[in-house]
Amino acid sequence: MVLCLTAVCLICAAILGGVYALTYNPIQAANQKALESSIKVVLPQGGELSDALEAQSEGVSYQYYTLTEGDEVTAYAVKSTTIGFGGPLTLMVGVLADGTVYNTSVLSHSETPGLGAKCTTDEKFTSQWKGFSPDKSLKVTKDGGDVDAITASTITSRAYTLAVSNAVALVKSLASNE
Amino acid sequence: MSKLSLITKGFIKENPTFVLVLGMCPTLATTSSAMNGLEMGLATLFVLVLSNMVISLISPLVPDKVHIPVYIVVIATFVTVLQFVMQAYTPSVYQTLGLFIPLIVVNCIVLGRAEAFANKNGVLDSALDGIGIGLGFTASLTVIGIVREILGSGSIFGWKFISGDGILAFVMAPGAFLALGYLMVLFNKLAKK
Repeated sequence: MVLCLTAVCLICAAILGGVYALTYNPIQAANQKALESSIKVVLPQGGELSDALEAQSEGVSYQYYTLTEGDEVTAYAVKSTTIGFGGPLTLMVGVLADGTVYNTSVLSHSETPGLGAKCTTDEKFTSQWKGFSPDKSLKVTKDGGDVDAITASTITSRAYTLAVSNAVALVKSLASNE
Repeated sequence: MSKLSLITKGFIKENPTFVLVLGMCPTLATTSSAMNGLEMGLATLFVLVLSNMVISLISPLVPDKVHIPVYIVVIATFVTVLQFVMQAYTPSVYQTLGLFIPLIVVNCIVLGRAEAFANKNGVLDSALDGIGIGLGFTASLTVIGIVREILGSGSIFGWKFISGDGILAFVMAPGAFLALGYLMVLFNKLAKK
């Protein structure tokens, strides 16, 4: 009895180890591809992209990439995570050196399908980030800001806006240090 | 039982969702759109067929006292394999369903078929039983998904036919119960005839 259970567990563990080893590289490649394509979406064309860099802002560490043209850093892509309605919401936010949002892209989320999950597809919501001026207020209209929330998904919209706002704040502090 | 009826019984006579009422957790949680329902059904089908086959092979060797733990380990292995494979080759599907894939382990359909069918039948019959029940499950989830997507988002398989929003409640949990309940009534009425 003990022998049988042990044998089954050992065989299963061996199979899992094998599959893990086989799929490790494809999984890494898929994640890398998702990351790269999201960076491409949120940054302007041209220039040279840096490797992943780390920076601290208000006690939270962020991963970011810089885009350099000549000697000047023209834009940043910041990986920014906040808590949405259903769990962590991770965005890639492209910010130009002057604090203008170039574009945003969702890396991962666990929002309600058909409601909060629309933050990846709702044209009205996603397109407003393109060229979001630093003069405008990064808050949803319900809270007195300039971001139009997704219908019936205020919490997701707030989380999304906060993620963008954190990224912009980080870029501003990075840009002023240089 | 003929080989063909092993496959077809999952659709009507032993439909896992509407007749056996098994696996309600993924049914309610993943059917917010037709595509999600379909993908969840296919993932369960994959695990069901493989676990049925392996369990029918090893069940004569497994002592009675530990058969449930052994079955669960086998099922969990296939689910984890599926999870790795989806993560590697279909990352977009994994994005939407990732949370629910591990729950296939405790889906009572899979263990239920192992207990009720696979451990007393041959490999081929068990595989066919897995295909039949799995397809029945997939069909039911897709139908619930279609109904909820039409009412909740005004679209079918992501193709929108009305502008604006649908009835939001159908996208959320209450709509899942409503759609499931009414479809069950309809199904049983039609099946009785």
